[in-house]
Amino acid sequence: MSIELIIGILNIVLISTTPLVFAGIGELVTEKSGVLNLGLEGLMLVGAVTGFITLVLTGNYFYSLFLSIISGVILSGIFAFLVLNLMTNQIATGLALTIFGIGLSAMLGKKFAGTPIDGLNPYYFIVISFLLVFLVGYFLSKTKSGLIVRAVGENHNSAYALGYNVIKTRYLTIIFGGVMSSLAGYYISICYAPMWQEGMTAGRGWIALALVVFATWKPWRLLVGAYIFGGVAIMQMNLQAIGVKLPGQFFNMMPYIATLIVLVFISSNKVRLKLSAPSCLNIPYEKNS
Amino acid sequence: MQSIVEFKNIFKSYPGVIANDDVSFNIKEQSIHAILGENGAGKSTLVKILYGHVKPDSGEILIDSDLAIINSPSTAKNLGINMVFQHFSLFESLTVAENLILGMNENISLTKLKDNSKTICDKYGFNLNLNSPISSLSVGQRQSVEIVRSLLNNPKILIMDEPTSVLTPDEITKLFKIIKKLVKDGLTVIFISHKLEEIINLSDYVTIMRNGKVVSTISTQNEDPETLGYKMLGYKVSKAKQVSDINFSKDIFNIKNLSTQSKDPFTINLNKIDLNLKKGQIFGIAGVAGNGQKELMEILLNENDYEFSGDIIFKDLNINNLSTFQRKSLSISYVTEERLGHSAVPEMSLSENIFLSMNHKSEFKKGDFINFEKINSYASDVIKNFNVDTPSYNVKAGKLSGGNLQKFIIGREIMSNPELLILSQPTWGIDAGSEAFIKKTIVELSQKGVSIIIISHDLDELLEVCHQISVLYEGSLSNPLNVKDINITKLGKYMGGLLD
Repeated sequence: MSIELIIGILNIVLISTTPLVFAGIGELVTEKSGVLNLGLEGLMLVGAVTGFITLVLTGNYFYSLFLSIISGVILSGIFAFLVLNLMTNQIATGLALTIFGIGLSAMLGKKFAGTPIDGLNPYYFIVISFLLVFLVGYFLSKTKSGLIVRAVGENHNSAYALGYNVIKTRYLTIIFGGVMSSLAGYYISICYAPMWQEGMTAGRGWIALALVVFATWKPWRLLVGAYIFGGVAIMQMNLQAIGVKLPGQFFNMMPYIATLIVLVFISSNKVRLKLSAPSCLNIPYEKNS
Repeated sequence: MQSIVEFKNIFKSYPGVIANDDVSFNIKEQSIHAILGENGAGKSTLVKILYGHVKPDSGEILIDSDLAIINSPSTAKNLGINMVFQHFSLFESLTVAENLILGMNENISLTKLKDNSKTICDKYGFNLNLNSPISSLSVGQRQSVEIVRSLLNNPKILIMDEPTSVLTPDEITKLFKIIKKLVKDGLTVIFISHKLEEIINLSDYVTIMRNGKVVSTISTQNEDPETLGYKMLGYKVSKAKQVSDINFSKDIFNIKNLSTQSKDPFTINLNKIDLNLKKGQIFGIAGVAGNGQKELMEILLNENDYEFSGDIIFKDLNINNLSTFQRKSLSISYVTEERLGHSAVPEMSLSENIFLSMNHKSEFKKGDFINFEKINSYASDVIKNFNVDTPSYNVKAGKLSGGNLQKFIIGREIMSNPELLILSQPTWGIDAGSEAFIKKTIVELSQKGVSIIIISHDLDELLEVCHQISVLYEGSLSNPLNVKDINITKLGKYMGGLLD
């Protein structure tokens, strides 16, 4: 294998894994505060289509990025209102958000499918994704606000008793997660592809969700996990290209199976999971009256 | 002395109960003011209102003679009101330092926090390691963290909700010294308790509450436990009398060399536990919560396939590998600590809850169907024989008061004629009337030849009904002590781990 080929593969791995890092790091913060948002896939798709349409219509990258982010704020804001204020079930609401996002993005994007655009250079986003992981890690472990986020996810009743606003904290973390998912979507339709196609996130939202657990809610592990998944995904393509004789479905399965195996392995260590899992994850919080 | 807190006509109701009914009284500055009442008398609700945790339906609170609107705990803290909770408001997986920072009103640096907490620890004799995670601390140490966290905010008023319920006698003495010193240094302490002697030893004034109403607010100077108890309950309670001079001969239940080796930091490992129980004997397992009681109970029940070494022998039969139902079929009955969600399903009727516990008995089934006739008549008998106050057996278990539900659960188990009854916290958090009834029932049961194990944090309860007591400390069980010649100081030392 030549040096060029290795560099080429690494390059593709970097480019293809970044959306997982964005969506995953956002969900990690949301889950650290005790909320499980299963709507990543929907948020990503809407973020992708909003950015794409705006770019086609205005030709302005800034507007497209801005509106993509706004779509994440609005959708995750609705999710937050439902699960925090109306106390709907987080799992059902998250699934609904995904289904809604898939449908909405397909409808909005119908006319724009296949429209050619000039993509953005992915490297800006790749650098930002690494920076974000570092910043989130720093935020959660070193700052008081990060400590409050962890405290709210660990025991919301105690956090309230100490005078912290559980609902407000969770609104912020849910919206942060939503914005990160939109960014992941934006990256896919503007930098990675660059184009719009119905359902183009191809399950990356679900992978990002799994990665958060796989990483036992630690930002650095999330980065490693994302790159294992991304690496295996690219590796299987290369194996296919080299001409390894196995059914195509098997290759398509590989990244999922690799991630699944690691996931099962990690989650089987109950002690480790218990230590870093937010204890209030997916538990509705009812304010005393 | 001036009044620092004035409650004026506080009213708070929940569906079906009036928690606070026109509550008015004053708390004097720099005093220790106790609030006394049974479980459910409304004392916790009242202090939660003062701390902004609960909103009153009507009424006013004056702080330093100014009307205070306390909407949330953060407003309360800004007014100088801090609270030490009965069920601690600590974060298990975070360190002591992180927990302290979370309790601070202002942002300070870690070094400053260390200085401040060291000053407080030195002054009042606390001993904290700032870097330990809370999950590794004993209950007493956790309470210290809570108190230090409150003191870091320089409060004017400190509310303590049942602070002694989780402490050993030695720790209680130490805590009282600290509280007295704090008050001398200018603090006002509101102390909630249902233990009469503590209130007389510690507090200057006491407000007695019954059914949500204030009975009276008096100085504790001229009171003794008996007069105070009468005011709290409105009637006198007779104590259960255990006959202690019986020669027990027949072995019924043995635990031999029982140990666990779990790596989970949230569980306590049991260490070579030996226990010998004779027919008709009541054996108490004392100890502060969190010293392995939960783990021991789980193994006795065999609920979660807990891994352990050693032997559990019931009537010469090794029951190590028998399931819960198999053990029940051998006439071992259990009453677990959590009434709702463990001993009983709150959303199900009393009859259905009978069936869930008696599923191993064929008489309650017709083939694969439930024999409701039998179950309903069993439920009626339990309700009648054990004074359960409920309109019918169709009432959901969650609707019953703690005391009534506990009488129902204990009745349910006793009516199945067990030879061995294992109870965990049988009278925790219930009214004095039900408590007395349950204790009397247990004593009578033992006199009929049933062997009983009681796991309890309540030393007074164990001393009242047991023949022998052992202390569980960090997973090790002490040698049994005979209750009739027991030495309380020695028992307290066992509970604090000062004796092996």
